[in-house]
Amino acid sequence: MKRVRRRDFLKAGGALVVGFHLRSVLEGQERGGTAGPPDPKQVDTWLAIHADNTATVYIGFAELGQGNSTSLLQIAADELDLGMSQIKTVRLDTNVTPNQGGTYSSASIQRGGPQLRTASAEARQALLRMASKKLEAPVERLSVAQGVVSLKDDPKRSVTYGELVGGKLFQVAFTGSAPVKTPADYKVVGTRVPRNDIPDKVAGRYLYMQHVRVPGMLHGRVVRPRGQRAYGAGARIMEVDESSIRSISGARVVRRADFLGVVAENEWDAVRAARQLKVTWDSTPTLSGNEALHEQMRAAKTMDRVVREAGDVNAVIGAAAHVTSQSCRGPYQAHAPFGPNCALADVKADSALVMCSTQDVYGTRNSVSRLLGLPAEKVRVQYYEGSGTYGHSCYDDVAQAAALLSRLAGKPVRLQFMRWDEHGWDNYGPAHVGEVRAAADASGKLMAYEYHGWQHNWAGVETSAQLTGIPAAEWPPAAVQGVSALNCGGMYAIPNVRLVSHQVPAKDYLKGAWLRSPLDLSFSFASEQAIDQLAYLAGLDPYEFRKRNITDARWLGVLDAAAQAARWTSGRAGTNRSDGKVATGRGIGVGTHLASYGAAVAEIEVNKETGHVRAKHLYGAIDAGQVVNPAFVENQISGQLVQTASRMFKEEVTFSTTNVTSVDWNSYPILRFEESPQVTAVVVQHLDQRSSGAGEEVMAAAAAAIANAFFDATGVRMSEYPFTPARVLSALKRA
Amino acid sequence: MPTLTIRVNERMHTISAAPETPLLYVLSNELELQGPRYGCGLAQCGSCSVLVNGVETRSCVTPVSAVAGKSVTTLEGLPAWYAAQKKLAGAPELHPVQQAMIDEQAVQCGYCFNGMIIKSAELLSKNPRPSEAQIRSAMNGHLCRCGTYPRVIKAIQRAASRMAAEAAQ
Repeated sequence: MKRVRRRDFLKAGGALVVGFHLRSVLEGQERGGTAGPPDPKQVDTWLAIHADNTATVYIGFAELGQGNSTSLLQIAADELDLGMSQIKTVRLDTNVTPNQGGTYSSASIQRGGPQLRTASAEARQALLRMASKKLEAPVERLSVAQGVVSLKDDPKRSVTYGELVGGKLFQVAFTGSAPVKTPADYKVVGTRVPRNDIPDKVAGRYLYMQHVRVPGMLHGRVVRPRGQRAYGAGARIMEVDESSIRSISGARVVRRADFLGVVAENEWDAVRAARQLKVTWDSTPTLSGNEALHEQMRAAKTMDRVVREAGDVNAVIGAAAHVTSQSCRGPYQAHAPFGPNCALADVKADSALVMCSTQDVYGTRNSVSRLLGLPAEKVRVQYYEGSGTYGHSCYDDVAQAAALLSRLAGKPVRLQFMRWDEHGWDNYGPAHVGEVRAAADASGKLMAYEYHGWQHNWAGVETSAQLTGIPAAEWPPAAVQGVSALNCGGMYAIPNVRLVSHQVPAKDYLKGAWLRSPLDLSFSFASEQAIDQLAYLAGLDPYEFRKRNITDARWLGVLDAAAQAARWTSGRAGTNRSDGKVATGRGIGVGTHLASYGAAVAEIEVNKETGHVRAKHLYGAIDAGQVVNPAFVENQISGQLVQTASRMFKEEVTFSTTNVTSVDWNSYPILRFEESPQVTAVVVQHLDQRSSGAGEEVMAAAAAAIANAFFDATGVRMSEYPFTPARVLSALKRA
Repeated sequence: MPTLTIRVNERMHTISAAPETPLLYVLSNELELQGPRYGCGLAQCGSCSVLVNGVETRSCVTPVSAVAGKSVTTLEGLPAWYAAQKKLAGAPELHPVQQAMIDEQAVQCGYCFNGMIIKSAELLSKNPRPSEAQIRSAMNGHLCRCGTYPRVIKAIQRAASRMAAEAAQ
């Protein structure tokens, strides 16, 4: 292969993208000549002021449809005294944008916001110093509006940011010492600025990853069994019959070990070649089948960890007035992005460019560079939004696969996963078994709480890498994969607590990773049903019972907000139960993911003859501290409520003993329009508190509220979700 | 490769493609359109929807040869299609339902909105004042993973009101 000088490659890297909207792609990327990350200790890394008195802000977070490409600009605009029309951002790119870590754990605003605010304050301070010199007046006499610095007492004497530094570098260190504005001075933060990406998205002008094309590229498809086996088993080729695609003259097979794909100039040729290629796969059974899954987990040899221990649960629980125990099961659920992941890679002998929809460009750069045997700084990763990912869908896998196909084919390759690739080879949100015992005294005060959770860790090696021969491996242990001290009773004041995590070996199960609000729906499903049952046993209204047992003002605040939105009236569960065919119920729940506060109320309908359950109205409240744009958080809450209904009523990865069998929207149904609840979203605004994330924090509460509403309607506690008609009918029959 | 001529957004395009090639791949690769997009290839989700002679059609399972002699409208051509339907002097920048999606800030990732908008434009062309139940029923074959259904319903209602107000003028 012809060796390409690094400078030439990078030049080509930037100019390579033609497809559509060349201008918007290249705008602002001109500084991508060297490998990143750019130095976070320089103000120039974070923003640039242009001669036309506008600014470009360099943001290290991915727009995933949550609006952070607008809300992070609100923070910078506020601190710089610029209008929203004067400020823009650029494509996330390892050679251009700073490394602020991945866009997960609802981190954009909580981690990225303070960084951008401080960097903007530092720039503003430098600009004021320059203006002071230019206008020959001390900084104290200056004021700024819309990027125009003027004298407070003589506004005609003014200079614009553009005139001061337009087009030049600041060359100022980012010390983090510049004072930032206080909430009283905010003009843009806290307001409902409309999203800047929506007009292009509805007009068909927005460039999604799935539409990126480059000259001279091939279309690729991976060839895998329809549906994965146990993570540790991967997939093994017994035989490939290349003659089976001889009729498709434009397509050819590429292979490294068990990594198999096809490439073709014409996309349809690639699609049908992947379908037509005859491959014999090792079909030795490696799984339990989804029916036997939870028994397998419960019987597994586990690694146990006490997450929290306080007081003496056993001593108290036997003597308490009210005791309950719940044993609950949660399924594997898929990220299932609406558009399967797509990536485009151009791998040369000594460098690579990868375009994909990763949540973490620097993380993807590391894994692709390891796979290709290239130094990380020789790999450039650019982010193009795909469809919503809700966690670690196949974006890393598709990026690695595209890189492998490009290396094997010797050309740039665009790889679009097919629906069954994405559904069948996802990093599923892991299944869970939760066993909880809890007790309250006669007055309804929580006395003891014990939670045992069984689950497995996340996958550390992607399928593509694994198929080339790299063995499957688990992630290093992390707190978020085990029993959550927050969602497992953490919001209540309970004197005796014991939380134990039982980790089952990941390689014996499906490939797993973080799915929006990881494991939290399962935790709350078990935990909040136990709390609810104690309220019932104590003869108390479930909202009142929770209020009596919560001391934290912010948990109480968010709980009140949800209850008020739903116009909650006092009453013990089951008070208004009907004997009719269709029973209605209401339920309440609290929960979170990591740092915010969530509460929800559900109003549901259960058809006792057909087993169909439908959420009529879901109310969700989040206290995420300072909310930069309440409209965006309302949209996030609304989406979380609908997605939770989908996950509680419909979603379940199914698998036989040989492979996953839910590989499309028929075999993995999700909620549809006719089943969609009405939603009410409430933002509990605390401008004086630090921002703490709002992308996943009401799902646990909503899951709990739905389960508790089911009990209110039927008098039956569900022990497993999703609430499919068969499962509901069987639970009602048992009761 | 055989050539054939298709009419897309009121322009004739001569393309070379195997006749059984799904229309979606022709629209994306030959015509470089960004409205219709791959979602499942199985006609299950609505991501790839276009109008064929005004009828919502899944381009991922429609052979390109099947639209010869017919008129294909994609998201990009929707404002002009609307103008022709309503006999307006010129095409507006956006179809009212596109504008309503902005007004309601209905979008999250937006990937499904091609299908959402195409299907709701078809619905409103046949039933200018649909009830909520009629909207849910008409839209039921279009999936959204972000959970935007409640806002899409509101946006369609808003577009219907606006179109009625415009018609009354």
